[in-house]
Amino acid sequence: MNKYVPYLFLLPAFVLLGMFFFLPFLQTIVLSFSDYSQSLYQPAFAGLGNYAAVLKDPVFQKVLLNTFMYLIIAVPFLTIFPLFLAILVNQKLRAVKLYKVLIYLPVVVSIVVCAIAFKWLYAEHGIFNYFLSLFHISPIGWLTDTKFSLFSVALVTIWKGIGYYMVIYLAALMSVPKELYEACEIDGANAWQKHFTVTIPQLMPTIALVSTISAISAMKVFAEIYVMTKGGPLNSSKTIVYYIYERAFENLDLGVASAMAVILLVIVLAMSAINIFVFERDKYRL
Amino acid sequence: MKIKPVLSHIILITVSILSIFPFLWLISTSLKGAGENIFAYPPNFFPTDFTFENYIGVWGKVNFLKYFFNSFVVAFFTVILNLIFSSMAAYPLARMDFKGKKTAFFAILATIMIPFQAIMLPIYLIILKLNLIDSAGAVPGYLGLILPFAVSAFGIFLMRQAFLAIPKEMEEAAIVDGCNSWQIFFKVLLPMVKPTLAILAIFTFIGSWGEFLWPSIVLSDEKMFTLPVGINNLQGIFSSNWRYIAAGSIISIIPIIVFFLSLQRYFIAGENEGAVKG
Repeated sequence: MNKYVPYLFLLPAFVLLGMFFFLPFLQTIVLSFSDYSQSLYQPAFAGLGNYAAVLKDPVFQKVLLNTFMYLIIAVPFLTIFPLFLAILVNQKLRAVKLYKVLIYLPVVVSIVVCAIAFKWLYAEHGIFNYFLSLFHISPIGWLTDTKFSLFSVALVTIWKGIGYYMVIYLAALMSVPKELYEACEIDGANAWQKHFTVTIPQLMPTIALVSTISAISAMKVFAEIYVMTKGGPLNSSKTIVYYIYERAFENLDLGVASAMAVILLVIVLAMSAINIFVFERDKYRL
Repeated sequence: MKIKPVLSHIILITVSILSIFPFLWLISTSLKGAGENIFAYPPNFFPTDFTFENYIGVWGKVNFLKYFFNSFVVAFFTVILNLIFSSMAAYPLARMDFKGKKTAFFAILATIMIPFQAIMLPIYLIILKLNLIDSAGAVPGYLGLILPFAVSAFGIFLMRQAFLAIPKEMEEAAIVDGCNSWQIFFKVLLPMVKPTLAILAIFTFIGSWGEFLWPSIVLSDEKMFTLPVGINNLQGIFSSNWRYIAAGSIISIIPIIVFFLSLQRYFIAGENEGAVKG
């Protein structure tokens, strides 16, 4: 075998990853130490100035808080509820295939259409407020009230993610050894006891995986916010990626946006590292 | 391990309806004529002034065929390049020993951990420098949408797993027959990983078809809009004409729904165990 062969096979991938991952990765770090406030073409060295500006920025503090609120709202739900559904659709039931298809459907539809559909449900005289009126509750500004906007946007992320995580759990459920359930049955356990003593302990690695994946994707949320609220009102639904987008592409604050990007990078990197080196070790072993 | 079937059905029917209700409500709104109040309390699920006018109207004002075409071109080439480059890179990582293998492996692994959103600004600056933007023409515009996603660590690791599962004897037999590495790769190994290639193709297609952040950054020319960007733009064009916005949204999701329904076993039958995207 020609000794160059392995490198030739790797070459196209590395050219692309170099151009669109490694180089921009380094450039993000360089930009985060650069000052673009005087000139967009001849940046000055800013030292830690951008980081200091970011940490002092009250909007960034709000945005960081919103991002963690987003995780707190979305992650527990997306970790637990899809597991419950997966257990239900893993039974021999009539029409179970249809249920799976319908529950998965939001996953494949573009997030833009999903967000528009919810914006319509959230309208002032929309259907959600109609349901509230049935309980004599006065209309809520789902997307226009600072108290509710973040929650309303997170609800779309949750709704769109349920099917995806259900299927991950379903695959894991199929590999739980049947004997464990049989042993349980001999001991006279009922259905729920069986799931608590067998399914959940067996699925712990998958539960951990789903919680980190859903946390990472909640960190990266953008389209829902862009389509529904643009981060408003009063920054109440603004999370970190949207704020980076705004500072970078609308305000052209390249240095400040990059400092925030580095902060995002560090957080996501830590979460992914846990994922890769703990929960998915087997898949990524050399 | 039976949970009461009736209870299971009730829960699953409820969740299924909630999963598609937002779309059903869009369909309902899109079929309501000017004579019907779309904000009526109680809401009418079945239109009383039934019409297709909104579909005809929005189709006449928005160039959906162009958006479909743009989305298709971008998704198609993103898929093809991913299939080729990811499996090429995966082959030596799975099957060969060479100097620097460990470095290459961990370099690719590192890209999984770098979120696109954190490096999108420099990527944009690179795309600008290469002049791969829509104001430079259609082909550079498409390239600017495709190239940053033309290979993914996710795809490389997925293909590597597939190659690892093939018995070594297959290759040894091919070497005895006098095949070189390229022939082994294209004639022996690739045909054996077709199911994994199909999974990679389907998931890459869905991802590319629905991608919103990157196209909304690089696109400025309406003629180059992909579907998600075009649909988001409906909100601006028709401000509060929800009948048109609803009709346009429904038109836009028909292709992906057909795609999903015809290939649903790949999504939900547990055949995509390896296909978990971080």
